[in-house]
Amino acid sequence: MGDLVKSLRRGEPMIWFTGSALGISILMIAGLIVVILVNGLSFFWPKPLEQVTLKDGSVFLGEITNREAIPNPGHPDHLQKQRILLRIGNRDLYGFDFKWLNEDEIAKREHPKDAYFVERREYGALIGVPVAVKQGERTLAADAAAARQALPGLIENAERDRHAVETIEKHQIGEINYRIEKARLEVLWLDLVARSEPGRDLSREREALAKTTAEQQALFQARTAELSTLMEKAGTTFVIFQSAEGGAKELRSLDIYRAYPANELTWLGRLGVYSGRLWEFVSGNPRESNTEGGIFPAIFGTVMMVILMCIVVVPLGVLAALYLREYAKQGALVRTVRIAVNNLAGVPSIVFGVFGLGFFVYFVGGGIDRLFFPEALPTPTFGTGGILWAALTLALLTVPVVIVASEEALAAVPRSMREASLAMGATKFQTILRVVLPAAAPGILTGLILAMARGAGEVAPLMLIGVVKLAPELPLDSFFPYMHLDRKFMHLGFHIYDVGFQSPNVEAAKPMVYTTTIFLLIIVVLLNLTAIIVRNKLREKYKTGAF
Amino acid sequence: MLMTNDDVKTPRDTGLRIKTEVKAPTGSPLPPSEGPDIVCRNVNLAYGDNHVLHDITMDMEDRRVTALIGPSGCGKSTLLRCLNRMNDLIDNVRTWGEIKVKGVDVNAASTDVIEIRRRVGMVFQKSNPFPKSIYENVVYGLRIAGINDKATLDEACERSLRGAALWDEAKDRLQENGLGLSGGQMQRLCIARAIAVEPEVILMDEPCSALDPIATLKIEELIYQLKEKYTIVIVTHNLQQAARVSDKTAFFWLGRLVEFGPTAEMFTAPKDKLTEDYITGRFG
Repeated sequence: MGDLVKSLRRGEPMIWFTGSALGISILMIAGLIVVILVNGLSFFWPKPLEQVTLKDGSVFLGEITNREAIPNPGHPDHLQKQRILLRIGNRDLYGFDFKWLNEDEIAKREHPKDAYFVERREYGALIGVPVAVKQGERTLAADAAAARQALPGLIENAERDRHAVETIEKHQIGEINYRIEKARLEVLWLDLVARSEPGRDLSREREALAKTTAEQQALFQARTAELSTLMEKAGTTFVIFQSAEGGAKELRSLDIYRAYPANELTWLGRLGVYSGRLWEFVSGNPRESNTEGGIFPAIFGTVMMVILMCIVVVPLGVLAALYLREYAKQGALVRTVRIAVNNLAGVPSIVFGVFGLGFFVYFVGGGIDRLFFPEALPTPTFGTGGILWAALTLALLTVPVVIVASEEALAAVPRSMREASLAMGATKFQTILRVVLPAAAPGILTGLILAMARGAGEVAPLMLIGVVKLAPELPLDSFFPYMHLDRKFMHLGFHIYDVGFQSPNVEAAKPMVYTTTIFLLIIVVLLNLTAIIVRNKLREKYKTGAF
Repeated sequence: MLMTNDDVKTPRDTGLRIKTEVKAPTGSPLPPSEGPDIVCRNVNLAYGDNHVLHDITMDMEDRRVTALIGPSGCGKSTLLRCLNRMNDLIDNVRTWGEIKVKGVDVNAASTDVIEIRRRVGMVFQKSNPFPKSIYENVVYGLRIAGINDKATLDEACERSLRGAALWDEAKDRLQENGLGLSGGQMQRLCIARAIAVEPEVILMDEPCSALDPIATLKIEELIYQLKEKYTIVIVTHNLQQAARVSDKTAFFWLGRLVEFGPTAEMFTAPKDKLTEDYITGRFG
């Protein structure tokens, strides 16, 4: 008994409490990361294809993605029997990708060697056996063996052709469209000029624009023709697949992204498929309403928005903190402002989203449109959500963090250092610029790190001010002025929400949620690491004295 | 060195002992003083309602070392900081009376405080080099004055470091961080920084209180050399130091100037009972 009292007095239970609190936190975080990593990274690993024959004679071929006990509440066999979830693909044939099969109805399970898993442009995966290849009326491969042999070459050609098509569609025709649109806006501008100065002769300008438009139209026709020849040439090869229960599907070779015999792959082959998928995921554009393909536009949008946000939030926050700490007369007013700033950090982010929509998009953006882009109205240019407004809104959301951290950093600069500078005849401004700010830089960067971590993960306000499910163009491209701050963009956080909860094909989209989450985490970590490395460099450089 | 109550046991003849330690200035004899450099007339200072300096009237001579001594809180540092208006940085400070440095009224509305501080350099109790390279530390005053010519800066850097007896130790590491130096070297770096802008007066606020005896000795030797060119006012708690380095000493007590005279006289034959008690370690 005495021992217990003694140990209580020494506070030993406290050590256990504090230790367990830390342990629980670490366990939860580690668990979260493990769940995300396991689910996300295993998604790209090619699974074997299993052919399941039921007792009633029906046959299904697919990847086993899940196995669970059958819930049947109130019956004795509740959770006694098992069922498997088979990803059978072929949505165009069956109307669904996934099928639950009760294990006690299964007669036979086997792994057919010639079964292929095919990734294609539409309708999700195709799972079946290639039986023939034709080009137009001509048969290139008549039997399964020949078809299998032809498949790798066809996929290679398809990739090349797709690339050629994309070059014409996106870059060449895209550029023509851009010029035609510019000419159209200039004509509208001339209309506005004509209205305000009725006497002015604008026929020469109009003629020039009409000429440009006609030229570009002709170019457009030429490119479209080129495109259709290409499509004719490339789009006539078909691979015929046979599904498990005997149905046949003719698949245009141009639409095949990847095909592999899942049960015949060597370990190295699997690794190849895995890395190929991973690379496509990082660098590719999304397909099939975001449930397939890559997330590159979302990664790009996230990084660019966060960088834009930093460019805005650091000067704003540091200047505000400088005024609060160095210039303002410390008193009730400054204290109030400081409390208000701290509370601003606690305002729900959606409120900032609404403010951003009302102020930045409608008021500022609308004003810019009326002043600088009147020819495009009523189509808004800046008067609609875009990456600039998103970055500004997030800057507003994170500026309290930067202000608080900067203020603390400024306050931590030793008084003796300021006095040394002032005693040398430096003005207050020179002292701040040359001594105080450099010494406070590491602390300011800590604020920036916190701001970035918060800004990169924020989704709710973005949904109101510029994030879209699918952005046709990146906010950065080769057309003047290169950075299109008015464009809408994709964002990893919103991508997770969209894929996971707005997708028509939830079961297929589920792994995408995990993989997208991994990349959001990686990006946040990378951005933070960069800032931390810079901060440590600065700390090394400006470390204060040994006293 | 702070005199604590334990020091009360110090023998009565301390003053005599100190006298024997007063060294003659090394090198050439002092050039003749050109009369008062800093003139204080009825200087008063108050922090809010707290009246800290009362009617201080004293002259500090050109190219001489004036030591300000007295117990903690007696106002000696405050007076020092009046001379380059460092007290401006504190809220609620009122100063009245007249201070003239080389004929310029320090507190006049027309006087540029920047100009005053450029002419009156200061070395602090705690060495406070900037977290920059040794070179940048020394040329800081020139840089803020807008001088960026490399040759001028290099020349000023070498001259100042030589002037502060730091050149030999620092010449090979000018680009290293000034905070990597030892305590004594850092204090000499601060002196080099102060003399780089060629001031007329150098104020030293207990420059050796954080240093070991060897480093202290080096700074004291430096003060001998510096007074050939600069008027020096030094605040110190170390009476031996005051006796060793200064030409004139002023004793402060509770914000008043009690006694002011040639150092040798002050330490051998103080006129005031308070001064005698203080320098013999009766209180303080």
